[in-house]
Amino acid sequence: MTRSALDGEDPDRLYTVTGGRSSADDIDLDLVTLIVRESEPSAGMQSEHVKILGITGKPTSVVELSAELALPVSVTKILLADLLATGKVSARHPSSAQAAGRTSDSEFLKKVLVGLRNL
Amino acid sequence: MDSAISETGERLPLADTATDGLKIVIVGGFGVGKTTMVRSVSEIRPLSTEETMTQAGIGVDHTRGVQAKTTTTVAFDFGRISLDEQLILYLFGAPGQERFWFLWDSLFSGTLGAVVLVDARRLAESWYAIDRLEHHGTPFIVARNNFGPPKHSLDDVRAALDLDGEVPLVDCDARDRDSSKQVLISLVDHLYTLSKVREGAS
Repeated sequence: MTRSALDGEDPDRLYTVTGGRSSADDIDLDLVTLIVRESEPSAGMQSEHVKILGITGKPTSVVELSAELALPVSVTKILLADLLATGKVSARHPSSAQAAGRTSDSEFLKKVLVGLRNL
Repeated sequence: MDSAISETGERLPLADTATDGLKIVIVGGFGVGKTTMVRSVSEIRPLSTEETMTQAGIGVDHTRGVQAKTTTTVAFDFGRISLDEQLILYLFGAPGQERFWFLWDSLFSGTLGAVVLVDARRLAESWYAIDRLEHHGTPFIVARNNFGPPKHSLDDVRAALDLDGEVPLVDCDARDRDSSKQVLISLVDHLYTLSKVREGAS
């Protein structure tokens, strides 16, 4: 088979990886939600899922997983939704997600300032 | 230069105690030093990823009589700072172009605030970003990145940007870790002041 220049492009691969699902809109995961592995990979698991479980032995953000897998954020979220649904991973949601649309409270910001000053 | 970057490309995992991820976004035009700033304060080598969004054609490609779909792809860099055992700050370098703002809400809702990084020789490039941040209600400060001695006073820059008097404007050298750290402290100080005002009012 001759390979055309377009074969390097990803839509088909992304389609396959996500089983044809394309919307990550209703998945409650932020870029900075931390993902933690809850169980080891099982036989017959999709390779991307195995990869995620390999990385999340320590807490790892959604955006870091996206970069490590070299997949767009939305595709990464779809893969994570599968693992969350089966309890293979758990999610630590950012406290700022609950405060969306307004500025954070001063006690919280004080902690951030202390952290930055101690760098 | 002194920095905490792992140049080996190996992953530096977070502590098991990490629970809460925070976002600060550094917005600016091409070549203004966003990635440089992320690199100078990040504890990891900056990583990059992308987000794609397919939308029923917005503005373009309506000519063929079919509902056109456009795929918007934006790439962005990020770095990370562990503030304490629980709090992990993620810094995102975001391009200021128009198409990027389609994805602002899906990527950066809940962000603590933003730094608009400007190059004094190309101030006009940041007008759009400032306008968008105001529109989204995201608190921000402006940092002028100096590659050499500045030619204009900060007051001149403030006037040229038509910047509200309450928005902090600071100088920095994005290559320098301490300077970049000071920019982040200025932003969070500003957020702290805003929160105090709000809490006082309620």
